[in-house]
Amino acid sequence: MTSTPSGARFVNIGERTNVTGSAKFKKLIMAGDYPAAVEVARQQVENGAQVIDVNMDEGLLDALEAMTTFLKLIAAEPDIARVPVMVDSSKWDVIEAGLKCVSGKPIVNSISMKEGVEPFLAQAKKCMDYGAAVVVMAFDETGQADTKERKIEICARAYDLLTGIGFPPEDIIFDPNVFAVATGIEEHDRYGLDFIEAVAEIRQRCPHVHFSGGLSNLSFSFRGNETVRRAMHSIFLYHAIPAGLDMAIVNAGQLDVYDQIDPALREACEDVIMMRRPGVGEDGKTSTERLIDLAESFKGKDAVAEKAAEEWRGWDVVKRLEHALVKGIDAYVVEDTEEARAAIFARGGRPIEVIEGPLMGGMNVVGDLFGSGKMFLPQVVKSARVMKKAVAHLIPFIEAEKEAGAKAKGRIIMATVKGDVHDIGKNIVGVVLQCNGYEVIDLGVMVPWSKILESANENDADIIGLSGLITPSLDEMVTVAEEMQRAEMTIPLLIGGATTSKVHTALRIDPAYKGPVIHVLDASRAVGVASQLLSDTQAEGFVTTVADEYEKVRVARAGKGQSELLPIADARANGFKPDFALKPGAPVQPGLHTFEEWDLADLAATFDWTPFFRAWELAGNYPAILNDEVVGESARNLFADAQAMLTKIIDEKWLTAKGVCAFWPAHRDGDDVLLEDGTRLPMLRQQVKKSRDRANFCLADFIDTQDDWLGGFAVGIHGIEPHLARFQAAHDDYSDILLKALADRFAEAFAERLHQHVRTKLWGYAPDEQFTNEALIREEYRGIRPAPGYPACPDHSLKPILFDLLKAQDNAGIVLTESQAMLPTAAVSGFYFAHPDSQYFGVARIGRDQLEDYAGRRGIDLPTAERWLRPNLD
Amino acid sequence: MMSARDKFLAEAAKRILVTDGAFGTEIQNWKLAEADYAGNLGLSHEQKGNNDILALTKPEVPEAIHRAYFEAGADIAETNTFSANRISQADYGAEHLVREINVESAKLARRLADEFEAKDGRPRFVAGAIGPTNKTLSLSPDVNDPGYREIDWDTLVDVYKEQAAALVEGGADFILIETVFDTLNAKAGIMAVRKLEDELGREVPIMLSMTLTDLSGRNLSGHTVEAFWYAVRHARPLTIGLNCSFGATQLRPHVKSLSEIADTLIMIYPNAGLPNELGEYDEMPDTTAGFVGEWAVAGQVNALGGCCGSTPAHIAAIARKISGMAPRAIPALKPETRLAGLEPFAIAAE
Repeated sequence: MTSTPSGARFVNIGERTNVTGSAKFKKLIMAGDYPAAVEVARQQVENGAQVIDVNMDEGLLDALEAMTTFLKLIAAEPDIARVPVMVDSSKWDVIEAGLKCVSGKPIVNSISMKEGVEPFLAQAKKCMDYGAAVVVMAFDETGQADTKERKIEICARAYDLLTGIGFPPEDIIFDPNVFAVATGIEEHDRYGLDFIEAVAEIRQRCPHVHFSGGLSNLSFSFRGNETVRRAMHSIFLYHAIPAGLDMAIVNAGQLDVYDQIDPALREACEDVIMMRRPGVGEDGKTSTERLIDLAESFKGKDAVAEKAAEEWRGWDVVKRLEHALVKGIDAYVVEDTEEARAAIFARGGRPIEVIEGPLMGGMNVVGDLFGSGKMFLPQVVKSARVMKKAVAHLIPFIEAEKEAGAKAKGRIIMATVKGDVHDIGKNIVGVVLQCNGYEVIDLGVMVPWSKILESANENDADIIGLSGLITPSLDEMVTVAEEMQRAEMTIPLLIGGATTSKVHTALRIDPAYKGPVIHVLDASRAVGVASQLLSDTQAEGFVTTVADEYEKVRVARAGKGQSELLPIADARANGFKPDFALKPGAPVQPGLHTFEEWDLADLAATFDWTPFFRAWELAGNYPAILNDEVVGESARNLFADAQAMLTKIIDEKWLTAKGVCAFWPAHRDGDDVLLEDGTRLPMLRQQVKKSRDRANFCLADFIDTQDDWLGGFAVGIHGIEPHLARFQAAHDDYSDILLKALADRFAEAFAERLHQHVRTKLWGYAPDEQFTNEALIREEYRGIRPAPGYPACPDHSLKPILFDLLKAQDNAGIVLTESQAMLPTAAVSGFYFAHPDSQYFGVARIGRDQLEDYAGRRGIDLPTAERWLRPNLD
Repeated sequence: MMSARDKFLAEAAKRILVTDGAFGTEIQNWKLAEADYAGNLGLSHEQKGNNDILALTKPEVPEAIHRAYFEAGADIAETNTFSANRISQADYGAEHLVREINVESAKLARRLADEFEAKDGRPRFVAGAIGPTNKTLSLSPDVNDPGYREIDWDTLVDVYKEQAAALVEGGADFILIETVFDTLNAKAGIMAVRKLEDELGREVPIMLSMTLTDLSGRNLSGHTVEAFWYAVRHARPLTIGLNCSFGATQLRPHVKSLSEIADTLIMIYPNAGLPNELGEYDEMPDTTAGFVGEWAVAGQVNALGGCCGSTPAHIAAIARKISGMAPRAIPALKPETRLAGLEPFAIAAE
């Protein structure tokens, strides 16, 4: 049940290549100007359309000819053809002709039961044979579905018929008909709400389907009044997307930002669409009448809007830049950026200030609007584009400012390896290297080896740097090293990240690659290592020294020096035996508990700040570190910046803390914990021979052989992406890293607070505990919460089992990568053991006998078990 | 009786299957003359190079090659019909013989497969091979007229259907649509088989094999391996895979990514390395077997074989190499809308 979040959530379908939706496109097609029509398609894709809708239904046009001509032409344009096509026509023969020209997997728009079941299923079968997903209109023999009940009835019937002939349910997209509201006819009042409610119900009734809708019908009564129409469309989407609408044919440029709609208009539209005030109000008017009245004042606003469009050009430059960013208008951005730069230059400022000031300010607004669901993805893509253009204009000025003739000292490829998503450390190293004159090409996270090698070759790199945080990444790094060897590369390979070590590098990675392999302990060493490796005079000596050192490590490991392992049976005999008279009672509130939005301020108050400083490679314990002689000043500055950002995070709700926990009746079965539902959680036991009194611990020891309980939890911090996006767009690595580090603190604090809540309330075995934050950080409380992948429970692959038990993906929005890293990155999961004697320990080295026994208990083959437990094996 | 599909799946669950190697390079070894090719068919064009027509004029040649591959350990024989379609045969003035060539080629392979199966009881299969033709539905041969196509969908579907029907008539178990350089051609091939199934009233299992034309992992029509898979997944193919392209080393990353996303069997039969300056393939059997064996070790394949440059010795080396190795387990994919342009696009399930 690993999953990578590759898929899109809301699909923006471009409508500009639709003759019924775009007057301009229609004109071009009617005139036979296909090259210009192809450019329309290209712009759509550039503007963020993820699918392009092609429709040629126009009475005066040979639709079949136009459809096939256009589809063949765009097939020749890789920039356009990279996205799927929606073949859109009310005529089946036009659709089928289109399908004969489309080489990927397209969407057909649309089929329905209008002419009866037989033609409907015949067309559906054809769609299957052509390999197409299909939009199904809620239409049957008696007509179009108007009410909620009819929509549900027709869609459910179509679903059953389609799945009955083997049509894949995930390839069905229902269009339950968006109809015009505010027509003055009472029966139409519910149309908007009926659509939204029907979508929510059909989604339950028909698993895996998607929903689409044409927005323009909704506002049909206001044609000619663009302001009102746009407002209605935006408000409709704002409510329909959470209900399940996951694609819509829209012109991204013609959506308003929810927050920026005139408040009176927004209220009036919302009343109408959501039926918030049915009937006649105190003013003697219906919602529709009120909207119609109000709409009058926006009438002719197109002219007004045009004037307004001119008007913003008269604002001061900072406001103009913000406006351009929020609205995604790139027409004037270069001249405005230049104006801002010149002004800053005139007062002795630097070009970078244009980015840090007005441009970042604008992007902050965009990020916030998007983060709160008030702006949609395509609009954000447009904003980012405007930003890019502005930055592109500034780059030559910024470059010119640098030392003339300064040449990069070397080119370094950096990547977090495949399966891993952690990149704080890598980004810090990247920044440090860049500050020291190295050119860094950062490939990001989850990078497959093929891309790393390819990029190194293409860029003629001098060094490759790999990073990873979780243990499976160690294996992936070995793979990269092996592949570099296979490719007969010779450039140095740097290894860094929390789980990496000199020992692992020496034992596993270094032997896989003949070129230099260097473990870099932390960012501060990176520059020294890179400069020695790239120095003509020092490289050889340095490489030899490191190689000798690693050889010594290997010799030492191969020789004795290793602690003796007990046979697993003996280790079990020496297991820990707690007094089960003290075991906790049944939870006060058993079952599963979800937390949609834990108060961020509450979490911030319980931060453990020491690891935060460690992430920035500032050594020392909080709060003493703030007065440290060496790093005190840096720590204070960093702490102040962190506090400032923290305030924003909380006030502006940048992040959402979602979590889940649950308790299950359980008992111990050998070294396994067996849950009442039959789920088996095999645990590992310490096997290193102990001095006299110490036991060989195993987590299962803390559970009684009957009538006991186990808990589990997963917490995640969501919503970081839009903020990181704006930091990255601004090349603001500092804020990027700061935010990630704070998100990690939130996750840890959440885990701690939730554990406290569990001890005092939910499980309730320590209702009266009272600890200071310091005592909590020192883990003085009763019970532990070990996480899969950490020393007491080193097998990361228990995580999918835990996640299934918790339904963590649904309940906390956390998914796992193939290497069992959690996404979002700021997340914590683990088990709850409540026995007062339960304690943390490290399993450490285990023997083959336990490995084989464990693989059997886990039901996995030996190579798989070896892979997951590599750090615990010889 | 068990259907060919079920029989194949049952075998594939036990072990990695072996498909055969190249015909073209093997036929060259016979140093045939025009008279050998032409026979007494009385065709107006020169026939030398028309390898597929040997089924009618010198059947002992394809027979000997099939026999050599079975002896080398192949489980699957691919019929010698890569160009036995109306479009390619027109170049030899032999388009009226398309049905006959395919029926006879399939019969020949069937006879040998049955002979070998009778000997040791191990099932042998016949895959009716359909090449891409030299026409493409996605691309214009005229750079000044990107909307132009040399052929249209309906014509190509008819061409493929004629060939597929003849192959099935001659006893082929499956239709192997191979060396797919244009994804839309492959989709037409799939449609042709669907139509044939409707006519026959029974299933004709499809095998699909894409060929990559550049090292970034795209075919000529520009599809990535993942996009290709999404575009043809509706065929519910018995196998999906890659053939020809380059040698095994260049295919490695693409085999790996395909094996992770395809919820069906994977069959790979690459060239024996890259041709040397003289256009000859000189990769040694054990070298090829070593490369493809790595996929077997990694659990990424269900069937292996060779394409251009491979010989019975290569196939024997591969069969030895993978003997006793576990086949790839087919992954289950979660239901998700998987669309494709030249690149894949998935709509996440909630």
